[in-house]
Amino acid sequence: MRIDVIVRYLPLFKKAALLTLKLGIIGIIFAILIGLICALIQYYKVPIIRHLVAVYIELSRNTPLLIQLFFIYYGLPKIGISTNAEICGIAGLAFLGGSYMAEAFRSGLEAVPDIQVESAYSLGMSPMQTAFYIILPQAISTSMPPFMANVIFLLKETSVFSAISLMDLMFTAKDLIGLYYKTTESLFLLVVFYLIILLPVSLLGSYIERRLRYAGFGS
Amino acid sequence: MPDLGLDVLLKGKNLARLLGGLGVAMRISMIAVVISIPLGIILGALMTWKNPVIKAILRVYLEVIRIMPQMVLLFLFYFGTTRAFGIDISGEMASIVVFTLWGTAEMSDLVRGALIAIPVHQYESAEALGFNRMQTYRYIIIPQTVRRLIPLSINLITRMIKTTSLILMIGVVEVLKVGQQIIEANRMVSPNAAFGIYLAIFMLYFFACWPISMLARYLENRWRV
Repeated sequence: MRIDVIVRYLPLFKKAALLTLKLGIIGIIFAILIGLICALIQYYKVPIIRHLVAVYIELSRNTPLLIQLFFIYYGLPKIGISTNAEICGIAGLAFLGGSYMAEAFRSGLEAVPDIQVESAYSLGMSPMQTAFYIILPQAISTSMPPFMANVIFLLKETSVFSAISLMDLMFTAKDLIGLYYKTTESLFLLVVFYLIILLPVSLLGSYIERRLRYAGFGS
Repeated sequence: MPDLGLDVLLKGKNLARLLGGLGVAMRISMIAVVISIPLGIILGALMTWKNPVIKAILRVYLEVIRIMPQMVLLFLFYFGTTRAFGIDISGEMASIVVFTLWGTAEMSDLVRGALIAIPVHQYESAEALGFNRMQTYRYIIIPQTVRRLIPLSINLITRMIKTTSLILMIGVVEVLKVGQQIIEANRMVSPNAAFGIYLAIFMLYFFACWPISMLARYLENRWRV
């Protein structure tokens, strides 16, 4: 391993890490939105749409991101839907993440016992008030551990983006290995940069989980 | 209606080739599952021991494997071992090793979680009833752990199958690669083959994983503890 090679490649990896992070964050935000909407549709049992949501969740949970990306990036342009690679990456991540987030939120919502809702109504709260003061605070607390696990999972999944020629960390590493045979240095930088991205999120996750563990009696 | 390129699927032996590609992915994930489940059970049980050294070592192994994207692990193994030790392992071998390492880590965490979820009073009650250590495990702890564990490990199997799609990136010829070959071969006659083929692969993966997920959910609901 040579230090000068590492120093020379550092800017390349920094750029790639920023791209990974950018696409990851945008994708995760969309995933949270989709997940929230889907979870609410399923919780309030909206007719018809709820079946569509169920189909979407099954489709997205039972297929790998790589296949979804290939379909979005190479398949869809054939029927006239073409965008650039970045948007495809974000769309893929949102498609995959939406269902995982929906499951996390739904489990949180369903963990709130009916008695809580009934008590709120008997105290004269409106459905809105019940949702905001009774259901959501407890649901958020319960769904926090799976939520954080999903965030980390989705950030890890961004490594697949290299398959649709986005210049992310994986792509950069593979490129450098292929071009200059600097395998050791490239792999080292790859691991270091993923650690820089993932370790703080992982630590933050366990911190938030500990802070938000207030739902449920006696815990 | 635009040409969806679905006709390519039925041409020649294309569908059979795709299924063969899926078979490669399945074989790799099944080998990894078969090795990593028993290993994971052993490591998971070891993790609940009081010995701090074993605990620390396993903890480090688990965290290192789990924080890295599986793709990075594949790269580390496929390119790294060749470079560091001069061993030339095939893409398939590298993916089996990586998925086994990863599966073992995930499985051991599931086992650990299931074991520590058993309340202490179960052990104490067993002791109070005069069960010895073996009997406690045989009649009290293992039956409860297995019920928690089976749905979770079935889910792990679907995750393994889904993750095997990544082996394309280290040059193993699996379903996506076969799909690419078919698309390239039919570039002239059927320019829209990409849509049909990738849709077909998408559905193949879905129908491989979906029944397994359903089984896991069914068992989970049935054995709700």
